[in-house]
Amino acid sequence: MNKEEKQKLYDVIIIGGGVIGCSIARYLSRFNLKLLLLEKHNDVGDEASGANSGIVHSGYDPLPGTKKAYFNVRGNKMFDEVVKELDVSFKRIGSLTLSFSDEDDKTLLELKKRGDENGVETKILSKEETLKLEPNLSKEIHGALFASSAGIVSPFALTNNLMENALDNGAELLLNTEVTKIKKKVEFYRVFEKNGLFFDTKLVVNAAGLYSDKIQNLVGESDFKITPRKGEYFVLDHFDNNFIKHTIFMCPTKVGKGVLISQTASGNYLVGPSNDECAVDDVSTDSLTLSEIKKTALKICPSLPFEETIREFSGIRPNSDIDDFIIKESEKNPGFYTVGGIMSPGLASSLAIGEYVSELIEKKLNLEINKNFNQYIRKHLSLAKLGEEKYNELIKEDPRYGHMVCRCEKVSEGQILDAIHRNSGARTIKGVKKRVRPGFGKCQGTFCEAGIAQILARELKVDLSEICYSDLGTNVLLKAHKGSEND
Amino acid sequence: MIKKDLVIIGGGSAGLASAVSAFDNGIRDLIILERNPELGGILNQCIHPGFGLHHFHEELTGPEYADRYINEVKKRNIPYLLNSQVLNITKGKIVTFINENGVQKFEAKAIIFAAGCNERTRGQILTPGYRPKGVYTAGLAQKYLNIYGRLVGKNVYILGSGDIGLIMARRMTLEGAKVLGVSEIMPYSNGLKRNIAQCLEDFNIPLRLSNTVTNIFGRDRLEAIEISDVDEKLQPIKGTEKIIKCDTLLLSVGLYPFNSMLKNAGCVVNKESKGSLVDQNLETSIEGIFSTGNVLHVHDLVDFVSEESERAGTNAAKYILNKLSEVKNIVNVSHSKNVSYLIPSIIKVREENENIIFSFRVRKNIKKATIILKNPAKVHYSVKKINLLPAEMIKINVKNLNLLDCNELSLEVIEDE
Repeated sequence: MNKEEKQKLYDVIIIGGGVIGCSIARYLSRFNLKLLLLEKHNDVGDEASGANSGIVHSGYDPLPGTKKAYFNVRGNKMFDEVVKELDVSFKRIGSLTLSFSDEDDKTLLELKKRGDENGVETKILSKEETLKLEPNLSKEIHGALFASSAGIVSPFALTNNLMENALDNGAELLLNTEVTKIKKKVEFYRVFEKNGLFFDTKLVVNAAGLYSDKIQNLVGESDFKITPRKGEYFVLDHFDNNFIKHTIFMCPTKVGKGVLISQTASGNYLVGPSNDECAVDDVSTDSLTLSEIKKTALKICPSLPFEETIREFSGIRPNSDIDDFIIKESEKNPGFYTVGGIMSPGLASSLAIGEYVSELIEKKLNLEINKNFNQYIRKHLSLAKLGEEKYNELIKEDPRYGHMVCRCEKVSEGQILDAIHRNSGARTIKGVKKRVRPGFGKCQGTFCEAGIAQILARELKVDLSEICYSDLGTNVLLKAHKGSEND
Repeated sequence: MIKKDLVIIGGGSAGLASAVSAFDNGIRDLIILERNPELGGILNQCIHPGFGLHHFHEELTGPEYADRYINEVKKRNIPYLLNSQVLNITKGKIVTFINENGVQKFEAKAIIFAAGCNERTRGQILTPGYRPKGVYTAGLAQKYLNIYGRLVGKNVYILGSGDIGLIMARRMTLEGAKVLGVSEIMPYSNGLKRNIAQCLEDFNIPLRLSNTVTNIFGRDRLEAIEISDVDEKLQPIKGTEKIIKCDTLLLSVGLYPFNSMLKNAGCVVNKESKGSLVDQNLETSIEGIFSTGNVLHVHDLVDFVSEESERAGTNAAKYILNKLSEVKNIVNVSHSKNVSYLIPSIIKVREENENIIFSFRVRKNIKKATIILKNPAKVHYSVKKINLLPAEMIKINVKNLNLLDCNELSLEVIEDE
């Protein structure tokens, strides 16, 4: 390896910018190292991390002794502090797992026992106690398992702000960079992207989520297989933040946690998910599945107002054929780490996994502490957070904070500009939506999308027709100019 | 806090007309709050003709129609604030709004809420399939085209025969796009007859009734849709599926009042119209808060929005100037099942003889009908109408209605043979 190659040599390349890859990047940036994250999409967090329940599970559910149990419980505890550092909305609203039968009652006792072993505080509530907490639940319930430490988080903000913080602290990010080949050299790995560009690195972290088995295949290993499972959801408007106050679960079965009803960190209600085998990129929804979800949800909460529905979506879980998280350094290929099969409770575990993997690598590479590490990102400023008086001072400094672009979610031009001009800044309509929420409201962007496209075009100094909704190729406009004959 | 006699929320057709009439009825301390950089509301992007035939007896484009009222507002020096988004309204009629000068508040004697409507989106009609770019509401595509001068696609299919969809079928055809067809889930069109003729038939664009979009394909950009016929219960019929390749799907599947702010203030909602529940003066359940235009109920023609809003302005002025006499009787108004909504829902009887305008829509096409207003004991009013369509708002103007001794009134549409 010549001098120039040595200069370009990364210490670590992370493949995949989901919540796991971004968390590992953020925790690694606590150390002095040359770090690169490669993401095949046009933004971080656009697959499983951007389409899930947004629940920070308490950790009573995973079998004691598993990685899931360890990282879930540890991860859950880390949230209070990290959300402050990363300015992410998070609420510990607690969860209620409902029983509808004698059989379910037994399961709840079993879960309580598991919780005790995992070190998670839970309590069995009677029917009356449960209905006192949640009067809108079905009167058919027997009781519930209450876990006060369960929370809700914005998965979009969490993933992105972890990345932003990593970049603030010296990490590098390349979007639209799909890894297709990895060559093992004597001292390093050579990671190739689709167009033939390559990057050399001492260590590789495979955090490719739904594609983590394929990435592992690139170094000649195949000790697990991703078995993607689709979850479809309804999103309801934020019509009343007292309607259901906790995350409501059904009793879990072998295939998963079942349909849940929960507020999101933004006060909307999520209803879902289904749980079906699917192709790795099948993000479609179908009527039959949604009507089944609706039926189950109405059994839990008969007055749930589905007329408040504003969207349906599906997310794909990166389940694997191994019934636990896979977090390990390869024996055959030292320096190649796989962090795969991070299914539920992956979001809850993400911070703990990032911390753990970063420490494995710290030891491996003997890294020094990054003395300039700043664990805080620059705060996002909004009217809701600052209050009228302080927000008015902000408007005085920059009147664009007084220009409301999104009327459903009350988002100002100032907030959108800030979201664009940050590390890991927004460059698409969806990117703006995920960071500061315009388009998540009842009108689903019909009022604000054109204005946001215009702001993006102006700030990124490109023509309006180049603005994409999300990935490259999702341009909001097909033609450069109305009436132009050339395209 | 700055006090105002009247705060009008929304500077579109409803807000402008109500401001002019409130002024003409003696209100001087009033202001219009408009979120956009110009007055006129959605009319500004409706550059097609067809407006004003009833109200001005001539055919105008949307911007021309808006301009008529903007001139009236300017003639009277009625103040307005642009780029000003209302954030909140309270029961006590405090209006909080934001613009580039900060978050500000008005304490109003009366409020006219004229914030318009929204388009229904894919999420609300549960269209299954993938979520590629290329699925737009017709109004958003119209904004891109008429305000920004950009086309959203070249091979277009349209779901829903609402008027905006029909207008956009013609508009996009004229701009060089190929419009492949329109599907309407109902057995009848939801648009005005003249729009079916002028926007589809004139351009040989097929209209498929009892047909809907049952799947959407494409991971990044829309690649194709699947359409299917539906049965009487509006459920897709297996075996009738047809794949249509297109890059754009426009949704014209209905509008609904953007009423959440009044709902949050505590105004009772009319579950059928999705706007606020109002009396014959267009006053909501909170005294001094009036609602008019498409935020009250979705109108078919802007001319009727203007008319209704002039009434809202007049009544708000009477309220502010204490010219409304005492309420002598309250009458609840119901309607027959073939009516989808009715305004007003309640009549506050102040005079022995009231002139009351009733606005409603029917649920299905009715060739011949007799519309009656009655209480159990007496038929107060009766009129014959032909060709009632769900797409068209029906308005009856009933004069000298004596409701002093009446508790309940019912509007019934009786289908004639």
